[in-house]
Amino acid sequence: MNSSQIQALMPILMLSLTAISLMIQASIKRNEKAAFIITFVGILLALLGTEYAREFAQPVTILLQVNTWTLFFTALILIASLVTVVLSQDSFSPEGERKEEYYLLLVLSALGAVVLIQSSHMASLLLGMELMGVSLYAMIAFPEKGLWPLEAAVKYLVLSGCASAILLFGFALIYAATGELSYIGIGEKAAISYERNPLLIMAGTAMVTSGIAFKLSLVPFHMWTPDVYQGSPTPVTGFLATVSKGAVFVALTRIYLDAHLYQYESFILALSIIAIFSIIVGNLLALLQNDIKRLLAYSSIAHFGYLLIVLIAFTKSGMSNEAITYYLAAYILTTLAAFTVVARVDKGDSKRSKIEKFEGLFWRNKIQAVTLSVAMLSFAGIPLTAGFMAKFFVINVAIDSASWILLSALVIGSAIAIYYYLRIIFSMSKASNNENSLQDYFGNITALLLTAVILILGSWPQPFITYASGL
Amino acid sequence: MLMINLILILLIGGIIAIFSERLGEGAPRKVALAVIVIDLVYLLLTLSSEPQLNLLQTPVPSNPSTWLMHYAAQWIPSFGIKIEFGLDGLSMLMVILTLILGAVAVSSSWTDIKIRHGFFEANLLWTLAGVLGVFMALDLFLFFLFWEVMLIPMYFMIAIWGHENRSYAAMKFFIFTQASGLLMLVSILALVLFNYNDTGIWTFSYFDLLDNKISSQASFWLMLGFFIAFVVKLPGFPFHTWLPDAHTQAPTAGSVILAGILLKTGAYGLIRFAVPLFPEASKEFTPIALWLGAAGVIYGAVLAFSQTDFKRLVAYSSVSHMGFVLLGVYAWNILALQGAVMQMIAHGFSTAALFMIAGSLQERLHTRDMRKMSGLWQNMPRMGAIAMFFVVASLGLPGLGNFVAEFLVLIGLFQIDRFLTIIAALGLITGAAYSLLLMQKSFQGEPDQTRQLLDFGTREMLTMTVMMVALIILGIYPQPILDISRPVIESLINFSSSATGGLS
Repeated sequence: MNSSQIQALMPILMLSLTAISLMIQASIKRNEKAAFIITFVGILLALLGTEYAREFAQPVTILLQVNTWTLFFTALILIASLVTVVLSQDSFSPEGERKEEYYLLLVLSALGAVVLIQSSHMASLLLGMELMGVSLYAMIAFPEKGLWPLEAAVKYLVLSGCASAILLFGFALIYAATGELSYIGIGEKAAISYERNPLLIMAGTAMVTSGIAFKLSLVPFHMWTPDVYQGSPTPVTGFLATVSKGAVFVALTRIYLDAHLYQYESFILALSIIAIFSIIVGNLLALLQNDIKRLLAYSSIAHFGYLLIVLIAFTKSGMSNEAITYYLAAYILTTLAAFTVVARVDKGDSKRSKIEKFEGLFWRNKIQAVTLSVAMLSFAGIPLTAGFMAKFFVINVAIDSASWILLSALVIGSAIAIYYYLRIIFSMSKASNNENSLQDYFGNITALLLTAVILILGSWPQPFITYASGL
Repeated sequence: MLMINLILILLIGGIIAIFSERLGEGAPRKVALAVIVIDLVYLLLTLSSEPQLNLLQTPVPSNPSTWLMHYAAQWIPSFGIKIEFGLDGLSMLMVILTLILGAVAVSSSWTDIKIRHGFFEANLLWTLAGVLGVFMALDLFLFFLFWEVMLIPMYFMIAIWGHENRSYAAMKFFIFTQASGLLMLVSILALVLFNYNDTGIWTFSYFDLLDNKISSQASFWLMLGFFIAFVVKLPGFPFHTWLPDAHTQAPTAGSVILAGILLKTGAYGLIRFAVPLFPEASKEFTPIALWLGAAGVIYGAVLAFSQTDFKRLVAYSSVSHMGFVLLGVYAWNILALQGAVMQMIAHGFSTAALFMIAGSLQERLHTRDMRKMSGLWQNMPRMGAIAMFFVVASLGLPGLGNFVAEFLVLIGLFQIDRFLTIIAALGLITGAAYSLLLMQKSFQGEPDQTRQLLDFGTREMLTMTVMMVALIILGIYPQPILDISRPVIESLINFSSSATGGLS
């Protein structure tokens, strides 16, 4: 490992350094404010590190792959972590609760996500995923009061453990079939070993995909999602929905492309079925929800269904790369905007995220209501929002690759989705008895920034498209 | 720049309206009215100050320089998306209609909005801005953007200021239009991608896409995507079910805008995009479209006859009248198309007026149920006389605009399909039946002398006079409108017949 490789790892190094500083700080003097500042600055430095590392983009050992594409997602994940840090600051701190460890867990989880994104080998994939996941269990269960977070954490822990076991078994089978564990190595030998024994490699691929699909909560591996979303403290839900899912999807894309998984027709068929079911089931079940966090859980299932369409059609269209970049960016920003507002309204109480609690928000806090409306419209894919451009790309890819069945699933799913997104906007526009305004500068600024980015990405997307196609 | 300014004035006006609420409850509506009038005056002044503009010149569909006005600027170059606006006779008529009815809408909701005045007027102005965008945009991406974005303020108007069942109505309205819009988006993107595969150029421009060389099988499906989106908005049978709910539940200004203007965007879309972009497929589809149109005429009329809710009756009558537009468009000859354009304008005025009367009744009686009204003419003679005027206009009395429109459509249609002409003509009779029923149930009969009702005041009379004068002019001297729309229609027909060797 030479010095330029170390420089390429700048974001990872910065995050590790932050984690260590937090530990040292906690052992000297416990102080929440200091922990917050260290975390904030640390993630900010890591974010600068992604910019710095761009000049040194290269494979770092067999385990990690640093290139402009993974660096872009690293930056995105770090931005999401930064927003989570800001949201966590006072949204779930009933008096007397110590939160220094929470920041440590958050940094470790973000570190796991970055490793996951840059992984180019099954070992680093597992390392990243587990580091991210284990820290997340603790983050979910962090509030001392209430049973819901505990229930959510245990549910996630047990099911996630099973998924990891299946994933590992899949690695073993693939290793047995090809004798390789790096993505590219698998890709090179896949064709030969498929001829020799198709069962082994197909079973391995299927198990790896199941493990990953669990983390992405694709149907039929989605059962945990609504409960965990609802039970977790809202900033953590936002973190799970953006950082965890985003990083896992990037990793899936890398495996899919580098390990040449697109060459198996039966695998593509299975992915298509998963995509269609995720879109339809996610959207239909979202219709029935009365809790906004559960609703967003089901809607995220559908959104990853849309993203899978791009993955399935990846090799048949020239726009797939931009489509994934754009969609993930739009999804992460929109989800963050939505959870920013939800975190401010429910104030750390999981029982207050019912849709009725949002009634009259337009007349109580205009900025947050507008932000949540923009987020919902962006999810629904209304023009001038980032979500529309994202859908524009997905539809383009689907048409380009002539995937008509997947495209019709997308159209049907989006048509269903309008109902539940509008329901939230409608309930915010209702008159409410309680018209005293909610003043909240910190939340408002974050909300405004995210709204602005969503609208700019939607109405003036050219700079971002140029940037994304250069990745 | 004129076209962008027109839209910007309305958008900024909306923001001013919100803030003007601080000056008092009455300020936003005055601001809104002023903004619309400024917009209209600005448009008319600019048009008349450019001597080189010849309203009668024939615009070649695929050559922007022959249009009255054209503006294009880059927006998203990697997909060839431009900010492209164009104005020809047809869109000019629609823009003027939009602005006049916009002013009428502000006046019609002068007193019945009780909460959040500023935001209401802002939504009204933004809806108008979106509609103007739809009528002028010639880049399909931009067109779709306006098509979708104008829904949001309209949705808010119904959802916040609507009547008892507003949540259901607003939701239904939005889902119907958005879901069908999604089909149109898929069609637009497929059209652009196929064109890209043929020519290697990314373009969303109407002018470029008119020359598409898409296989007839594919173009049939693409045409269907456009057709459904436009017919939902029109609304044509069997996609009309959102309309009675939305119109009934919307506040008065909302109903006026919905019926007067928003429905016309569907008709405009058919004339401007659906048929010219896919002439061959449209030709194949003509029989089905004509049957849907005729079915709408009769079905709307029959349902209108059985309503007891004043607004619902008028709403169903719109379905019937818009059936004529669909017939006119797909008959696709000069007479029928001129009739369709005429119907768009005349129906805009007559229905807007009827909805305004319905709104005034609701404000005074707190009901729209015609069983609870009778003899209102005695209580409010001015309103009675005016209602009579618009009811006979709507049933197609010769001498008023609607008659000219329906008559032209029927003549045009007669050359295509005699049997359907007979069926559609039945719509005139049923139209008379439900219109007179409306009049009889509400304004005639035994008056309730104990009722103390306020008759129309100066503001209402002034608004109504504008629309009455418009309908009389359209009925007695329709030539200017026919002259303005004729070159556009002729060129569209020539264009599509050169592509197919004669449509229908």
